[in-house]
Amino acid sequence: MFDLSAVVDLPLIWYLLILTAVLLYVILDGFDLGIGILFPFAPGNSCRDRMMNSIAPFWDGNETWLVLGGGGLLAAFPLAYAILMPALYIPVILMLLGLIFRGVAFEFRFKAHRSRIVWDYAFHLGSLTAAYMQGVIIGTAVQGITVSGRSFAGGPFDWCNAYSLMTGLGLVLGYGLLGATWLVMKTGDDTQAWARRSSAYLLIGVGVALLMVSVSMPLMSEEIRRLWFARPNIYYLALLPSIAAALLVAIWIDLNRGREYRPFLLSIGVFLACYLGLGVSLWPWLIPFAVTFREAAAAGPSQSLLLVGTVFLLPMILGYTAFCYYLFRGKVSHEAGYH
Amino acid sequence: MLDVLDPQMLARIQFAFTISFHILFPAFTIGLASWLAVLEWRWLKTGDPVFAEVYRMWVKIFAVTFGMGVVSGVVMSFQFGTNWSVFSDRTGNILGPLLGYEVLTAFFLEASFLGVMLFGWNRVSPKMHFAATVIVAAGTLISAFWILSANSWMQTPRGFEIGADGLFYPTDWIALIFSPSFPYRFVHMVVAAYLTTAFVVAGVGAYYLFRGLHRPQARVMLGMGMIMAVFMAPAQLIFGDLHGLNTFEHQPAKVAAMEGLWETQRGAPLKLFGWPDQEAETTRWSVEVPKLSSLILTHDLDGQVRGLKAWPADQRPPVALVFWTFRIMVGLGLLMILTGLAALVLHWRRRLFETRAFQVWCMAMAPAGFICVLAGWFVTEVGRQPWIVQDLMRTAEALSPVGPGPVAISLTAFVVTYVFIFGAGAYYTLRLIAQGPAAEPHTYGDHGIAQPPLVAKLASPTGGDHV
Ligand code: HDD
Ligand code: HEM
Ligand code: HEM
Repeated sequence: MFDLSAVVDLPLIWYLLILTAVLLYVILDGFDLGIGILFPFAPGNSCRDRMMNSIAPFWDGNETWLVLGGGGLLAAFPLAYAILMPALYIPVILMLLGLIFRGVAFEFRFKAHRSRIVWDYAFHLGSLTAAYMQGVIIGTAVQGITVSGRSFAGGPFDWCNAYSLMTGLGLVLGYGLLGATWLVMKTGDDTQAWARRSSAYLLIGVGVALLMVSVSMPLMSEEIRRLWFARPNIYYLALLPSIAAALLVAIWIDLNRGREYRPFLLSIGVFLACYLGLGVSLWPWLIPFAVTFREAAAAGPSQSLLLVGTVFLLPMILGYTAFCYYLFRGKVSHEAGYH
Repeated sequence: MLDVLDPQMLARIQFAFTISFHILFPAFTIGLASWLAVLEWRWLKTGDPVFAEVYRMWVKIFAVTFGMGVVSGVVMSFQFGTNWSVFSDRTGNILGPLLGYEVLTAFFLEASFLGVMLFGWNRVSPKMHFAATVIVAAGTLISAFWILSANSWMQTPRGFEIGADGLFYPTDWIALIFSPSFPYRFVHMVVAAYLTTAFVVAGVGAYYLFRGLHRPQARVMLGMGMIMAVFMAPAQLIFGDLHGLNTFEHQPAKVAAMEGLWETQRGAPLKLFGWPDQEAETTRWSVEVPKLSSLILTHDLDGQVRGLKAWPADQRPPVALVFWTFRIMVGLGLLMILTGLAALVLHWRRRLFETRAFQVWCMAMAPAGFICVLAGWFVTEVGRQPWIVQDLMRTAEALSPVGPGPVAISLTAFVVTYVFIFGAGAYYTLRLIAQGPAAEPHTYGDHGIAQPPLVAKLASPTGGDHV
């Protein structure tokens, strides 16, 4: 049986690949969802058309990274998939329902006449729910999951506590920032001016949320506290929050100077810094404090088979995804878009 | 009542409900994508604008359907974990890579090039646009390949071993991916998708002809739909028969349920109709053709066919459901063949596009493919019960440790959401059909026009600020 276990560290590679897929999802669908979150606050209908047109060709591809995250988890770490999904049953289902509403809104909104407002709100509330639940999922996972044997052993409402409700809010603000800075980049005139103002508010919100999360995380978990405050770790690790803070300030300055592209790129940087911080805190747990990524790894042949394909397919996917972004480059107007 | 609140029953209903909804969209988009590619190719080849007009009308319907297929599909990829976590844990080594390949080889391809197909009109050349259509069509077929491979492995598992820990481990990927029922299932499903599309398209064409609207475009729709019916409907009978023989070899209990046969016998009759009674272990009021079942299944008038009593009661599928859904599928399949024959005769008499009774008939047949697909999947999936992996793992063992409360709530939420969303989707699709194809002032691929033609077309009748 074809097996690469002897040659490479398969579980580690897959751990990194899954984390990359999730990161790409968070960034790419993050700005889509962010636009949905900001949708009803936009100053007018043509502005909303423009917002939607700016992401219409991309959202489906962006969401596929989530499917890869889920499918990849099943393939590479079936045990983790089998424990996490029941543990997060309610938030996952709510997220899926949110994604349904936001996904169909793209098609339906432009076909509706009188009922357009229904799809405006389907888009907004769907995006909001999906984003919030993703934040809740992260918050729940960070606190640890109750496992016995090979399955989830906690209750259906384990996810419902102050900390994860706060991370939910934090992610909504973060996605909002990505969405707003995306609009600064992709639109002009009124829409851009409004997006710039919104970015500023969101920047403050994100700063506060990050502060709260960073303070409460070590307070909550013994393990994380030990990791972060042990010398010499603290010297390296203090770097990440400092970078995030510096980026937030840089975005603020850029926005005031009228820059168009950099705020979006720097917002991605903020996400990267946070994600890295989270990753370092949780290493090597796949299901925090219960199952490591090595324990959850699928059989060698299974991880090998998919890896061989991934080596060729992932660069291709990134290639044609980049092609699509290139094809639809430039500013969107409110009419040139929907078929 | 207690039965309904049983967590396993709830999870099964939820799975059956969501997958049944999901399959309706791929069944349509697999066929539609290929057909759109053919249309665009013929347009590029002949330059006849009628093809472009038909393309533009149906690509909008494609977009709506595809969107619904995507959102209902994303739900499916998480359901394995949320509701069948023990199944995911035990078969993850096998099914994970297959589903992973589906994402990598099909979903990204479809999702990315769909954007080009829908919004790239004035950004790429006609050739490149055609390439995007072909890529999307290929993506739908690749998607069907992997998911059907996964499903077929659950029906006829091969190429694996069960470890001491009770998990399934792969031992031979080729045997596993191409399990014995897979080739049949793949061909039968793809042809089913083509037929589904053909009958919808033909039905819409017939409706326009009936109302005296859009004649040139309607002839393309009805004509091309009927070409599919003439060739594919009989082919489907043959593929279906082969599929059945394969099932007879590997899942005989399913076939016994399809036939409503309780006693093992030589020269088994074919029951055309009847009422299978699971308690009494008999099929009442059956109308039979002597020996035909043996002839079809064993190619011998006196061949032996095993009846359901050959299996202990707890290893028999729910018979009535399998029995009846099978008859619905085959019955409609035969009507499709008949439709193709009628079209041939009318074509020879040069009355294919004029016969009003035939137009009404085609309109009535428009949803037939969807019903067939659902019925066929019910045969397949319910016929496999009580196994989730044939003979190796029971559905009852597969369940997640989630209580009935959350599942009851999620099931209700799915039902409400799907009825609302997909009701709206059906309404918008019907409205797009009512609008019909319109002759376009712009030639397709015309660079430098301010708006893509579709935007101009849709925007004008409403006069709103946007399409
Ligand atoms: C347009 C749709 C359509 C039509 C006209 C038919 N089928 Fe079908 N059938 C399907 C759509 C389908 C399906 C939805 O695609 C299924 C479910 C699973 C599968 O592989 O195909 C299926 C399953 C299925 C099975 C179950 C196989 C198994 O799971 O073990 C059998 C035996 C047949 N078909 C046989 C037939 C016969 C004899 C037909 C004669 C006309 C026929 N089908 C027409
Ligand atoms: C439990 C089983 C299934 C799962 C988990 C599943 C999963 C998915 C997912 C996640 C998508 C969205 C892809 C995207 O983001 O673009 C999708 C769409 C699709 N699926 Fe499924 N699916 C299942 C069953 C099937 C079956 C049985 C078929 C066909 C034989 C099928 C064919 C397709 C196709 C062609 C698409 C493209 C979108 C469309 O045409 O609607 N799927 N599926
Ligand atoms: C796409 C068309 C499909 C339809 C309409 C369909 C239908 C059904 C139905 C009706 C059940 C419930 C059976 C019962 O309650 O007795 C079921 C169960 C199930 N099917 Fe399918 N199925 C489809 C495809 C698939 C595919 C492609 C897969 C996997 C790759 C799959 C995996 C399952 C699983 C995991 C269950 C749950 C266990 C059970 O209740 O039997 N199905 N399906």
